[in-house]
Amino acid sequence: MPEPILSLQAVTKEFRVGKSTVTAVDNVTLDVAEGECLAIVGESGSGKSTIANMILGLFPATKGQISYQGNELPAKRTLEHRSQIQLVQQNPLSALNPRRSVGASLRLALDVHNHGTPSERPAMVAALLEEVGLDPALASRAPSGMSGGQRQRIAIARALACQSRIVVLDEPTSALDVLVQARVLRLLNELRAKRNLTYLFITHDLSVVRNIADRVAVFQRGKLVELAATEALFENPTNSYTRTLISAVPVVSQPEIALRDKLAAGAT
Amino acid sequence: MSEPLTLDIKDLRLAFKNWSGTTEVLHGIDLKIAQSERVALVGESGSGKSVTSRIVLGTMQDVRTARVTGQVAFEGTDLSALTSSDRRALRGRDISMIFQDPSSALNPVFRIGELFQEVLKRRDPKVTKAEARKRAAKILHEVSIEDPDRVLDSYSFQLSGGMNQRVMIAMALINKPRLLLADEPGTALDVTVQAQTLTLMRDLVEQQGTSVLFISHNLGVVREFADRIYVIYQGRIVEHGATKALFDAPKHPYTRALLSAIPRLTGGGVPDIAERSPDFDAPFIDHAEVR
Repeated sequence: MPEPILSLQAVTKEFRVGKSTVTAVDNVTLDVAEGECLAIVGESGSGKSTIANMILGLFPATKGQISYQGNELPAKRTLEHRSQIQLVQQNPLSALNPRRSVGASLRLALDVHNHGTPSERPAMVAALLEEVGLDPALASRAPSGMSGGQRQRIAIARALACQSRIVVLDEPTSALDVLVQARVLRLLNELRAKRNLTYLFITHDLSVVRNIADRVAVFQRGKLVELAATEALFENPTNSYTRTLISAVPVVSQPEIALRDKLAAGAT
Repeated sequence: MSEPLTLDIKDLRLAFKNWSGTTEVLHGIDLKIAQSERVALVGESGSGKSVTSRIVLGTMQDVRTARVTGQVAFEGTDLSALTSSDRRALRGRDISMIFQDPSSALNPVFRIGELFQEVLKRRDPKVTKAEARKRAAKILHEVSIEDPDRVLDSYSFQLSGGMNQRVMIAMALINKPRLLLADEPGTALDVTVQAQTLTLMRDLVEQQGTSVLFISHNLGVVREFADRIYVIYQGRIVEHGATKALFDAPKHPYTRALLSAIPRLTGGGVPDIAERSPDFDAPFIDHAEVR
């Protein structure tokens, strides 16, 4: 494996709750290669969002270290770090400022991260909109005047505006209708290939994972319980919790039912 | 037919009045549910599936800007012939509803036990506290809650999402309603918990002989639950059929698109399907073998 773009070394995160301590992430070691899509799956409370927040630098790890391109990331990130690791959230309506047109939201990202000269920025905003498959004329709209799929495209464009290398996608399509979800997933695939982006795809939808991720990390109560290439994980999961997760997915076609039943037979 | 259908909707139209006139959002819906039948209404957001359930529940009729026409008959009685307070009396007693997000649907200032008592009073206003608690504990036990007493003494925010969802199901079914409206139950939950709650819900409605209108945007979720499926697109029913027939041979272009847009657990990549297509406006298709 080449030099990983992101590396977690024995990362632990503890939260103080009253007088007791909750270990949200427990001794996780994980390498992410440049250009790969790593899915992070688990139930709510498994620590997947805590990991994302530590990678983004929203709060520091209690123990262990997180390195980016071989260098340890400081607890207080520089602007450069922040622009290279970006986030797309589940609900774009709450992630975008409702009082600001989407064009202004994108422009703000360029201003903050100081990309391009002020006179170039309007053209950059238009280019970003086109890149995510939207009409540049939509720049003057407010988020409330757009559909869910369009809003999520704006959130993606904003993450790209910062010339990010790593994009943390926190349930980016679970609030979308299936037809829209398929379009947004295809867009994410295209952008990753074009810009050689690295994705950390946080989700609990394993049928999406199967079709978009290169590798899958399964978390249970803060621990990394299984890490495998997507194909291998779905054909032969070694962990019983992984089997349980896969067999709970609602499916629609006969081959899927057969696969699910096969896995469910092995689960306890 | 000897007894009336639990729900019989004919040419249901809904329009909203606004500054520029009226906007029609339901363009003539026909939908039938027989006794103890489980029927799913599947469509994307904005297709009109949730407003349909609000009309059946009788709350949409009280919205000032809403214009509801057509027939909605519940066990042979046309809802529009009832007064607002008569419709209110049906709610929580003969027609009940399960909402998408259980945690926000339960009132956080009352304990679960108190909420159950309120619900039981809809059927029997003279129910005692002790009696209410006993019946609530019994039905909580049926939805696989191990220690009902702890739950009854808790507030909704002290319980997990899965636990709240079970409380919602129990609460919706404790009065043995004739019709249960389930609006995307469990989509706010983890897949494992969702699968579990759907099984619980199915067992309970089977046992009580309740009819169900299950509303969802995901065909995968309804496959194991529903006997029949209606697919709704932009305020029109586009396809209707028995679950198996519909899954084995979807005929309408929109249903086909919906089905193929779901990423497969067996892989094959993200499907390439248009979000919109003029084909989706093709006329209604009914699987003839249904009736």
